[in-house]
Amino acid sequence: MIRGAVGVDRQVGGALTTGSPLLCWLEECRKDSVALVGGKCSSLGELINIGVRVPPGFALTTEGYRTFMAESGMEREIKFLLQKLDCRDLEALEHTSASIRGVIEAHPFSTEMEDLVAERYRKLSVRCGIPAVPVAVRSSATAEDLLGASFAGQQDTFLWIRGINEVLQHMRRCISSLYTGRAIAYRANHGYFDDLMAIGVGVQKMANSYTAGVMFTIHPANGDRSVIVIDSNFGFGESVVSGEVTPDHFVVNKVALDIIDRTISQKELCYTVDLKTQTSQAIEVPFERQRVQSLIDDEITELAWMGKQIEKHYGCPMDIEWAVDKDLPSGGNIFILQARPETVWSKKQLAPVANAGASAMDYILSSMLAGKKVK
Amino acid sequence: MKFPNPHDVKSKTIPGTEGWERMYPYQYQFVTDDPVRNQYEKETFWFNDALHYPEPLYPFDTIWDEAWYLGLSQYNNRIFMVPPVRGVDHRIINGYIYISPVPVKDPNEIGSRVPHFMERAGYYYKNWDALEAKWKVKMEATIRELEALKIPTLPDIEALSVVNDAIGESQGYHLLKAYDDLINLGIKCWQYHFEFLNLGYAAYVFFLDFVQKLFPSMPTQRVTQMISGIDGVIMYQPDEELKRLAKLAIELGLDTVLASSQEWTAVESSLRKNGRGGEWLAALEKVREPWFNVSTGTGWFHYDRSWNDHMNIPLSGIATYIEKLKQGVSIERPTEKVRAERDRITAEYRGLIQKDEDRKQFDELLGCAKTVFPYVENHLFYVEHWFHSVFWNKMREVAAIMKTHGMLEDVEDIWLLRRDEIKQALWDVVTAWATGVTPRGTKVWPKEIGWRKGVMQKFKEWSAPPAIGTPPEVIQEPFTIVLWGVTNKSLADWSAVQEVKDPDSITELKGFAGSPGIVEGRARVCKTVLEVGQLQEGEILVAPTTSPSWAPAFAKIEACVTDVGGVMSHAAIVCREYGLPAVVGTGLATKIIKSGMMLRVDGSSGVISIVR
Repeated sequence: MIRGAVGVDRQVGGALTTGSPLLCWLEECRKDSVALVGGKCSSLGELINIGVRVPPGFALTTEGYRTFMAESGMEREIKFLLQKLDCRDLEALEHTSASIRGVIEAHPFSTEMEDLVAERYRKLSVRCGIPAVPVAVRSSATAEDLLGASFAGQQDTFLWIRGINEVLQHMRRCISSLYTGRAIAYRANHGYFDDLMAIGVGVQKMANSYTAGVMFTIHPANGDRSVIVIDSNFGFGESVVSGEVTPDHFVVNKVALDIIDRTISQKELCYTVDLKTQTSQAIEVPFERQRVQSLIDDEITELAWMGKQIEKHYGCPMDIEWAVDKDLPSGGNIFILQARPETVWSKKQLAPVANAGASAMDYILSSMLAGKKVK
Repeated sequence: MKFPNPHDVKSKTIPGTEGWERMYPYQYQFVTDDPVRNQYEKETFWFNDALHYPEPLYPFDTIWDEAWYLGLSQYNNRIFMVPPVRGVDHRIINGYIYISPVPVKDPNEIGSRVPHFMERAGYYYKNWDALEAKWKVKMEATIRELEALKIPTLPDIEALSVVNDAIGESQGYHLLKAYDDLINLGIKCWQYHFEFLNLGYAAYVFFLDFVQKLFPSMPTQRVTQMISGIDGVIMYQPDEELKRLAKLAIELGLDTVLASSQEWTAVESSLRKNGRGGEWLAALEKVREPWFNVSTGTGWFHYDRSWNDHMNIPLSGIATYIEKLKQGVSIERPTEKVRAERDRITAEYRGLIQKDEDRKQFDELLGCAKTVFPYVENHLFYVEHWFHSVFWNKMREVAAIMKTHGMLEDVEDIWLLRRDEIKQALWDVVTAWATGVTPRGTKVWPKEIGWRKGVMQKFKEWSAPPAIGTPPEVIQEPFTIVLWGVTNKSLADWSAVQEVKDPDSITELKGFAGSPGIVEGRARVCKTVLEVGQLQEGEILVAPTTSPSWAPAFAKIEACVTDVGGVMSHAAIVCREYGLPAVVGTGLATKIIKSGMMLRVDGSSGVISIVR
């Protein structure tokens, strides 16, 4: 689909009639929708379709992205800026990146596209029962997960966006994130053509999280596949992802789903939304709550169960972001925000524990000779 | 981790116990007058075998320690030639046993032991079931021999048949011989005890080791779950018999009679008066041998009386089951559920194994562990319960004769003598009886026993350090690894608790995660099985350790906590079968927890929180 789009000068109407939509609901996306909506949105759609609870939302498709770029005539301008760039010159790289991003962010969508986005946003607000529902707007790259070239964290995510104008503005900022200095340099160094690149943008209800964090369906420290490891803190997951606090840490047995280890840490800060500015902000956790377990046992079990389903579906260990929404009653308030394959242990070629062709006797003998370490 | 020097610990003699060393075999002493031995003792890591001996050892009860000192060591070192380890050495301080596995240090020697081990251990593993069947025959014959053993009393005048049949032997001679036979049967029984146990534990330990290498965070209890619910384990049989008798009582309409008193003698006489009581009593008689030979403790000590000795205990178990049945509560062990869960867990873990060769090794080691498991459990009933229960009572017959001849003030005083001292004393009795004079011991032993009782009391009040000497880098001896759970973690936990000065300030205790689940409830501390009558429905049992005779208690409780034992201990196994949380091997639970305290027992992570 990407290849087919190269150099084709297309109209909005034309795109619609060919059947590739400019926008779609997340639940319409599947694992194989990466070319259409990018990796992040396609994996969210896939999760919804396997029965995992994910905050609702919609996506600007790569078709929508190309339409935006083509309609505006920006493509030529960007090409021109890139042609004269020497990527080894870091200063020039940053300068060019800033120029390109400025061009993209300043350029409005067509009225037709604005109306389409506005309609989706309105419907989403109705679905959530919140007028002008606060959303997360995030880029969803097509190359990220496909090539194993992890850009994780490089494309931007904007939280607590509220109102159609803000949504449109941040969608453009996500699109422009395709042209960060690092992304430009990476493509130049690896021989990818910029004009083959496309990006999707996800617009998704903000989970108003009481508690949030990350979950690995493999032990990140020792590669043990029989456990699920959860890190959690009060508020949004930012404090956990960024490493600003030592989160609570739970190790759950993947087979039996019981908690086999727990460390309750002193959590001094957490992120919450500032209702006036609609931005997330770090606040101090009240002293008496700092050592309180941020995720209750039943939630841990439910979350781990979800993690197990996700892993089973994808067939590999997963790295998952999640949140417990405080606006919703328990039993329906745990959301998966993101799920991607774990990359560290999955790539490692682990040596077998057994000696090839060894009998039980051989193993007993060799283990006896090795003994048990005491110190 | 720093542990005290054994000789320093020993040198701080508890006032009033000076000379206590004579209560135990001389080779058990830490010494200062032999520089070579002294150096070896200093450089060795000794840990208190609190699993077997939560209390100081009575001089006579040392017999089983000596028996396993010999049995375990000979099988490791002289019979199966376990390559990297010889036997397990023993010492004693203030009545507490300290043990240490002895490594083979020379790599060449280890290498030369390998082919012997492969051949010999291989033979046992390969022919396990057939050899185990032979073992059962030998063992039962030994127990029958013990049961048949007569301890003769000394008559004023020998029977005429001694003359008429020209026997040529006196009852005096027969008493001495019977005592020797009794002791020898005990030692022989312990020879058999270890015939399969070292290899059984090895198969189990290294299956555990393999699975935990594949899954480093996997709790040990999950590994043991894979070998649960196996046929042919007789540990549950005594409890099953109680359930059967409970059902029979209801069938015969005797349930109210059985619940009428907690005193067996009262219940028994009511049953005799009842028309159908005879039928029930006949059924009872049938199961008492052998199943009521189950000990109320581990069976290792003379004070561990059996159900046969204390019929009130099985009676209370039967009453509990009758009550449950009348409430319509199922008392069956959820065997099918246990097996289904075992199979599910095994299949899921197996599915998580990434490499084919690892999966193959897993299958082989699991098969091996399943083969050895029934023996590892069943030998306990044959040796520690059945044999020992009969043995202790035969010893009481010996004691009764000594009492008659003025050597003891009470039958139960005999346990304060070493078994070689008893032999000596019997010679004193027999020769004095033959000669017609007063045994010298009448003025020696009662006095010595009085003093020893005081010493034992002081020993009980002494708190034995969990470990002394210099820790090694690795432990290779399979028993040491499994039974005492000597791992980095447990050693660190032990030394951590030691540092806490005020037990009332402790709000959290750690042990081994014995059986998964979390429960909150009130604690009931039962120091012995005689106290389980106090248990209320829904309480959390806190005990030094449990044994099969405690089984009916598990029908009442919500969770179990023990001082000693690993994930293969009785409490852990039973709790897993019944789906109750258990934390075992906490070291100090019965000392820190008081009855009535609110506890939160997390059997998945091995943590007990005390709500103060």
